[in-house]
Amino acid sequence: MLNRFMQSRLRGLVILALILIILPAFLGNPFHYELVIQMAIIAATVVGLNLLVGFAGQISLGHAGFFGLGAYFTGIATGTYGWSSLPALVVGAVVVGTIAWLVGRPILRLKGHYLSMATLAVGFIIAIILNNERAITGGPDGMPVPALDLFGWELSTFGRYSLFGIEISGVQAWYILASVVLLAAVWFALNLIESPIGRALRSVHGSEVAASVVGVDTAKYKSLVFVISAIYASVMGGLYAHFQGFITPAVASFEFSILFITMVVLGGMGSTFGVILGAVVLKLLPQVLADFQELETVMFGLILMLTMIFMPKGLLPTLTAAVSKRMRKKAGGEA
Amino acid sequence: MTALVEVKGLDKAFGGVHAVEGVSFAVEAGQVYSVIGPNGAGKTTLFNMITGLYTPTKGEILLNGESTAKLEPNQLAERGMCRTFQQMQICMNMTAIENVMLGRHLQLRSSLFTTLFRLPSLRRNETDARKRAADLMEYVGCGEYLDTEASAMSYGALKRLEIARALAAEPKVILLDEPAAGLNATETSALEALIRKIADQGITVMLVEHDMKLVMGISDRLLVLNYGRVLAEGAPEEVRQNPDVIAAYLGG
Repeated sequence: MLNRFMQSRLRGLVILALILIILPAFLGNPFHYELVIQMAIIAATVVGLNLLVGFAGQISLGHAGFFGLGAYFTGIATGTYGWSSLPALVVGAVVVGTIAWLVGRPILRLKGHYLSMATLAVGFIIAIILNNERAITGGPDGMPVPALDLFGWELSTFGRYSLFGIEISGVQAWYILASVVLLAAVWFALNLIESPIGRALRSVHGSEVAASVVGVDTAKYKSLVFVISAIYASVMGGLYAHFQGFITPAVASFEFSILFITMVVLGGMGSTFGVILGAVVLKLLPQVLADFQELETVMFGLILMLTMIFMPKGLLPTLTAAVSKRMRKKAGGEA
Repeated sequence: MTALVEVKGLDKAFGGVHAVEGVSFAVEAGQVYSVIGPNGAGKTTLFNMITGLYTPTKGEILLNGESTAKLEPNQLAERGMCRTFQQMQICMNMTAIENVMLGRHLQLRSSLFTTLFRLPSLRRNETDARKRAADLMEYVGCGEYLDTEASAMSYGALKRLEIARALAAEPKVILLDEPAAGLNATETSALEALIRKIADQGITVMLVEHDMKLVMGISDRLLVLNYGRVLAEGAPEEVRQNPDVIAAYLGG
C-alpha cells in the first residue's frame, strides 16, 4: 500500500499538502506567516516559470515583468476602478497572457543568448513603463492595493475570521489561501507535464528537430508555454499585490527576474518540487544573512554559479539521486 | 499509379557548393527505396529536403502529388512522413517510452482544459498510448527499456528507439538515415529483419545506407548519388552491373 503510494504520480503533491498542514505548528508569529505566504506565492510563480525554463528549455530573464503586470493590473483594477478581486485576477491573466503571446511569437524564434536578451528587454520595458506612468501606477513611489475580496468576503491580513468555529487571524486565513493556490498551481503543472502537451513541450527542449518530424508544431508550443508561465506569474503577482497591500515597480524589476531564475536553477530545472525548494531556500537566505544585506545580489550570483558547477541538475534532483543511491547500496549490502 | 514521393530537378547549394544537383526520382508506395553513394554525395541533404528541414534551392518535391515547398516538417508529419536521423535525435530529457509516445503526438490531440484537469478521456488516451508505445518498443526490439531514461540507453537501443518513435506516428513513408551505422553484424541483421517487417506492413521505406549487403538484399530500387548528381537508378541488379557505379563507387 505504502509502496503503491510512493509510486503514484501524486505522491509529491500529497507530501507537499502534508507539509503545508503541519507547518503552522512551527510558525510562531505573524512575521513567520508572512514569510511563508510570500514563499508560497513566489513558489507558485516559479513552478510556472519552470514549465518554460525547465521543461521546454526556453529562457526568460524578464519574468518579473509579467509578475509586475499582474500585480499592477490587480492593484489598478481593484484600487482605482473598484473591481472585485476575482474578475481583476482573471482579466489580468487574460491581458498578460495576450501580451505574452504577442511578444512571444517573434522573440521565441530566437535561441540561447538572443532569447535571453530579448526576454530581458521585455522585463526592462515593463519595469520602465511602471516607473514612468505616474498617473496610473504612482511611479517609483508605488501604489496601495486594497485587501483581497472574494465573493464579497474581504480577506485582510489585519482581519479576524472564523473557520468552522475556530477563530483565526488574517495571516492564517491568507496562509490557507496561499497553500491552496500553491497546491493548485503544482497540480496543474503536474497534469500539464504528464500529457501529450507536456511531452511536446519537453521534446522542444530535448530535440527540436525530433519534435518537428513527429508533427509537433514547435513554434506553437513555445508560445503556449510562454503564455502559460506568464499567466502563472500574472495571477501570482495579483495575489502578491493584495497580500502586500502596497506595490512598487520593484515587483517587475530585473533583480526579481533573476531571483526567479535562480530559484529554478538552484531547485532543479524540470523538477516541479525542486523549484519550490529553490524558492524556499532563496526566500530564507536573506533572513539568515540579514547582516550581509548589501551582498544579497552577490550571494545570488554566487549560488547560481556554484549550482551550475557542482549540481547542474539542481538541489532536489541531486539530493534524491544521492538518497536513492544510498538506499540501493544499503539494500545491496543486506542481500 | 502516381508516386508517393516524387522528386523533380532538385538542387541544393550551400554558398557555391552544390550538395545536390538536378536530382529526380520517384518512389512508389510500398517500395523499399534506397539512396546510396560515397560520403558527401548529398544523401542526407536529400533526406533533409524531402522531410522539410532544408529548403531546396531549385526543384520540387511532391508527396502524394502535393508540392511540399511551403510545408514545415511537422506539416509533412501530418501528411504521413516520418524519419530517423544519422545523428540520432532522441529527447534525452525523457524516458524511452515517453520518446515513443511523443511519436503519437498527432494522434493524441487534447485540449488544454482536458489536460490541466486531467479529465478521464485524457487518462484513457494516455493508457492506450502507453500500451501501443510498449508494443512498438517490443516490435523493434527494445522492449526491456520501457521506463529507462533515454540518456542511460546504449547506442544500438537508441537507434531502435528512434525507429519505434517514427513508427508510432503511423507514417505512410518512413525515411531511415543510416540506421545500420555503428551497429555490429548481429544488430545489422536484426535491423534488416525489422526493415522487412516494416515494409511488409505496407509502409514505404526510404533508406540512406552504407552497408552494401543490407541495401542490396532489401531494396526494391536504388538511387546512386555521386557528388550530388544521380549516377544510376534502378533495381539492385541493374545498379550492381552499371559500369559507372562500379567505377565510381563499388571500386571495380
